Amino acid sequence: MKILVPVKRVIDYNLKPRIKADGSGVDLANIKMSMNPFDEIALEEAVRIKEAGKAEEVVAVSIGPAKAGSDTLKSARAIGADRAIHVETDEEVEPLAVAKILKAIVDEEQPQLVIMGKQAIDDDNNQTGQMLAALLGRPQGTFASKVEIDGDHVAVTREVDGGLETVRLALPAVVTTDLRLNEPRFPALPNIIKAAKKPMSTKSPADYGVDTAPRLKTLKVAEPPVRQAGEIVPDVDTLVAKLKAMGAV
Amino acid sequence: MQVYEAPLRDMRFVLDELWEEDGFGKLEALEEFDSDLTSAILEEAAKFSREVLLPLNRSGDEEGCTLENGVVRTPEGFKDAYKQFTESGWSALASDPEYGGQGLPERVNKLVEEMTCSTNLSFGLYPGLTHGGSIAIEAHATEDLKNFYLPKMISGEWSGTMCLTEAHCGTDLGLLRTKADPQDDGSYKISGAKIFISAGDHDLSDNIIHLVLARLPDAPKGVKGISLFLVPKFLPKDDGSVGPSNGVTCTAIEHKMGIKASATCQMQFEESTGWLVGEPHKGMAAMFTMMNAERLSVGIQGLGIGEAAYQSAVWYAKDRLQGRSLSGAKHPDKPADPIIVHPDVRRMLMTMRANNEGCRMLGAWVARALDAEKHATDPEVRQRASDFVALMTPVVKALFTDLGHENANLAVQVYGGHGYIRESGVEQYARDARIAMIYEGTNGIQALDLVGRKLGAHTGRYLRSFFHPVSDFIEASKGDGPMKPMIEGLEKAFGALQLSTATIAQRGLKDPEEAGAAATEYLRLMGLVAMGYCFARATMISGMKLAFGTEEKEFYDAKIKTATFYFERILPQVSAHFLSIKAGKKSMMALEEHAF
Ligand SMILES: Cc1cc2nc3c(=O)[nH]c(=O)nc-3n(C[C@H](O)[C@H](O)[C@H](O)COP(=O)(O)OP(=O)(O)OC[C@H]3O[C@@H](n4cnc5c(N)ncnc54)[C@H](O)[C@@H]3O)c2cc1C
Repeated sequence: MKILVPVKRVIDYNLKPRIKADGSGVDLANIKMSMNPFDEIALEEAVRIKEAGKAEEVVAVSIGPAKAGSDTLKSARAIGADRAIHVETDEEVEPLAVAKILKAIVDEEQPQLVIMGKQAIDDDNNQTGQMLAALLGRPQGTFASKVEIDGDHVAVTREVDGGLETVRLALPAVVTTDLRLNEPRFPALPNIIKAAKKPMSTKSPADYGVDTAPRLKTLKVAEPPVRQAGEIVPDVDTLVAKLKAMGAV
Repeated sequence: MQVYEAPLRDMRFVLDELWEEDGFGKLEALEEFDSDLTSAILEEAAKFSREVLLPLNRSGDEEGCTLENGVVRTPEGFKDAYKQFTESGWSALASDPEYGGQGLPERVNKLVEEMTCSTNLSFGLYPGLTHGGSIAIEAHATEDLKNFYLPKMISGEWSGTMCLTEAHCGTDLGLLRTKADPQDDGSYKISGAKIFISAGDHDLSDNIIHLVLARLPDAPKGVKGISLFLVPKFLPKDDGSVGPSNGVTCTAIEHKMGIKASATCQMQFEESTGWLVGEPHKGMAAMFTMMNAERLSVGIQGLGIGEAAYQSAVWYAKDRLQGRSLSGAKHPDKPADPIIVHPDVRRMLMTMRANNEGCRMLGAWVARALDAEKHATDPEVRQRASDFVALMTPVVKALFTDLGHENANLAVQVYGGHGYIRESGVEQYARDARIAMIYEGTNGIQALDLVGRKLGAHTGRYLRSFFHPVSDFIEASKGDGPMKPMIEGLEKAFGALQLSTATIAQRGLKDPEEAGAAATEYLRLMGLVAMGYCFARATMISGMKLAFGTEEKEFYDAKIKTATFYFERILPQVSAHFLSIKAGKKSMMALEEHAF
C-alpha cells in the first residue's frame, strides 16, 4: 500500500501572529515557520502504518514556496516519508486549488490512502480534505482519532460533537486527522541525516494543469478588538441606566 | 519568563559564512555535512530543546533531585526526556561511527550543545559527561573495553561520570587518596570516597560507568602517581546485560545553589571492580583528554545560559512599561514607555547581545579547529589546529562562563525586583550559570593554564596559531574604507595583548608569582581581542552582503550595529586590563597574611 500525506508550511504554532500594518494579512517576514501540526499527526500516522507492515511507501507532498520544499519536506522525510513531491509556487493557493493539485497527484501516484490534517492552523479552513475526496469520488473519514487498516478497508474513529463515531471506508480513501490521533515523534538524528538523501521531485501547479488564481478576496485582516475593562455597578437601576446611556437596550 | 528560540540565523552565520576562510582549508571528510543537512539538524535540535527540555527547566529547579534508600531520583519528566533524547540519537551526535555514533562535525555539535544548555543546563550534564567519558575511553582504553562499553555509552543506554574530586582535593589532585589494588585476573579493586560527582547516581540509564582517578600500591607521590580506572555501577554480564552491583554507592547528594536537577553525588567505592584505562600512573594525561573536551563544553554552557538570559531580558524589556524615554515619549498611547527605551537598559541588553555573538563566533572558530585537528590531511594544518585548540581551551572555558554569568546577572537587573523573584525564571539563570566558572578547573586555574602552560609552549608556537591570523587580517584590512575605525581599534587592542604577553613572559621567568598575578586579566584581554577579531570579520562580511544586495538586510545591519557597540563600549576594557597587568603583583601581595 502507498500512503500520500500532504503537508503545509505554516507560521509556527508557538508564535503570536502579527498583522501587517496595512491590514492586508499576517506579517510573515522573518517569522519562524513549521509544519502544520495536524499534518505532522497525519504523517506520524502514515509512518506508524508503514512501521506496522501495512504500507510500503509514504509520499509527502507540499504546495508552497521554495522553503516548503527545503524545510518542511525535509522534516517530513526525517520523520519517515520515503520521498517527497514539492509543488513550488509563491502564490497563495486556496483550498480548492490545493485539492485540485492533490487530485492530479493522486491520479498519478495512485495511493490507497491519503492522510491529511483536518485543517491548517494559519487559515483554519477545514476544507481541503473534503474537497479532495469529492473530486476523487472516494470515501472520506474526517477528524480521525483512530485509524485501523483492515485488509481493503480502513476503520476511522471520528471525533464528532456528540462523541465518537466509527466509519468503515473501502480503500482507496481520504482520511483527515484530529489532534488526539497520535503524538508525533521527534525525528531521530540518523533519519535527519538520511532524509537529505531521500528523493524529492519539484513541480509547478502548471505541471498539473491547475489554475491557482484566487477565487476569494481578502478585504481586511485585523487584530481582535482589545477587551475593555468591566465595571461593577451597585444596583440594577444603575445597570439599566448605564445600558441605556450606551444605547445597548 | 524563560523565553527561548534557538538563534538559528546567527548559528548559520557562524557555521556557513563567518569562517568560510578559516585557514584550515576544506575538510573532505566532512563534505557530506553541507549547509542543507546541517541546518536541518539544527532546526530539529532547536525543536527538541524547545519542546522537551525547556518545559522541564523551571520544574526541575523547583523539585531538584532526591536520595531515598540509596537511590537517586531525578525530577519529574527527566527520565522521559532522557529516553527521547537518546532514542532520537542526540547522545550519539558527535561520537565515532565505528561505535554507533553519528560522526557529526564538532562545529555542529557545539551549536547543538549550546541549545541544550540554553534550555536545560542540568539535563545537559547527564549526556555531556557520558560523551566526555566515552572520549577518554576511546582514546586510552584497551580494544576490549572500547568494544564493550562504547556502543552502550554512545547510545545513552549507559551513562558516564568523571570521579576526580575528594573532600581534601579539588584543584590539587596530587593529594588524591582513592586506592586501586591489582587482582590476579588483571582487574583492580577500587576503594575510596569521592565528592561532588555530577551524575554520580540517577535513574536515567541502566548502568553508570565511572571514570575514577585512584592510586596503585606502588604509585609515586603527587600527580605523577595517579591512574585512571573504569568502574561500572553494575558489573555487566558477558552478553552486555546488567549484572550484580559493584560496591559503588551514593552516600549523599549535595544541596546547592543551582543546577538543582543535576545530581551532585558523594560516592563511596568499596572494593569495586575496575579496569585500568591507559598506562599506570598516567591517569592525569588520560583524564585530560576528557577534561579538555569538557572544558570547551563548559564554556558552551556559559554561552547557552547567556543566550537564554538575553532573550528573556529582551522579552521583558519590551513588555515592562516604566518611565518615559529621555528623548520624549515613544509610546504616548500607553501609560509609560517599555523600559527598552532607556539607555541604561540598552547598555545591558547590548552588552548581553555582544557577549553572546562574540562567544558564538569564537566558539565556532575553535570548533572548526577541533574538526581540522581530526580531519585535515595536511599534518602542518593538523598541528596548527591542535595548537589553536590547546591555546583557546582555557580562554573559551573561563571567558564564556564569566560572560554567561555576567549576562545572567544583567538579566536579573533588567527585570528589576521581579528578577529577584523565583517565578520570573531569570534568577535561576544566575544560579545555574555560577557553577560553570568553578567546575572543570576554576576560572583562576584556566588562567594559570593559559599563562603557565600555553604561552611558553614550544617557544610560543601555540600563540602563533592565534596571533598570525589576527595580524594578517589587520594588515590586509588597513586602508581608508568604512572599516578603518574598527581595524584601528583592533590593532591597538592587539598591540596591548602583544605587549602584555611580552611583559608576562619576561617577569614570569624571573618570578612565577608575577605570571600568576597577571593570569586572570591576561586571559580576559586575550578573549576580548579574539572576540574583537571575530566582530571585525563579521562586519566585513556583513558589509559585503549589504553592498551586493541581500534579502536579509535586517540581519546584517544588526550584526554591524552589535559589532560597533562591541568596539566602542566593550573592547576598551582592554586598556584597563593592560594597565593592571603592567602594574604587576606588588600591590596584590603587599599586605601581610596576618593583616587579613
Ligand atoms: C556542582 C558541582 C559539580 C561538580 N562535578 C564534578 C564532577 O563531576 N567530578 C569531579 O571530579 N568534580 C566535580 N566537581 C568538583 C569541582 O571540579 C571542584 O570543586 C573544583 O575543581 C574546585 O575544587 P575545590 O572545590 O576543591 O576548590 P579548591 O581547589 O579548594 O579551590 C578554592 C579556591 O582556590 C583557588 N586555587 C586553588 N588552587 C590554586 C592554585 N594552585 N593557584 C591559584 N588558585 C588556586 C581556586 O581557584 C578556588 O578559587 C563539582 C563541583 C560542583 C560544585
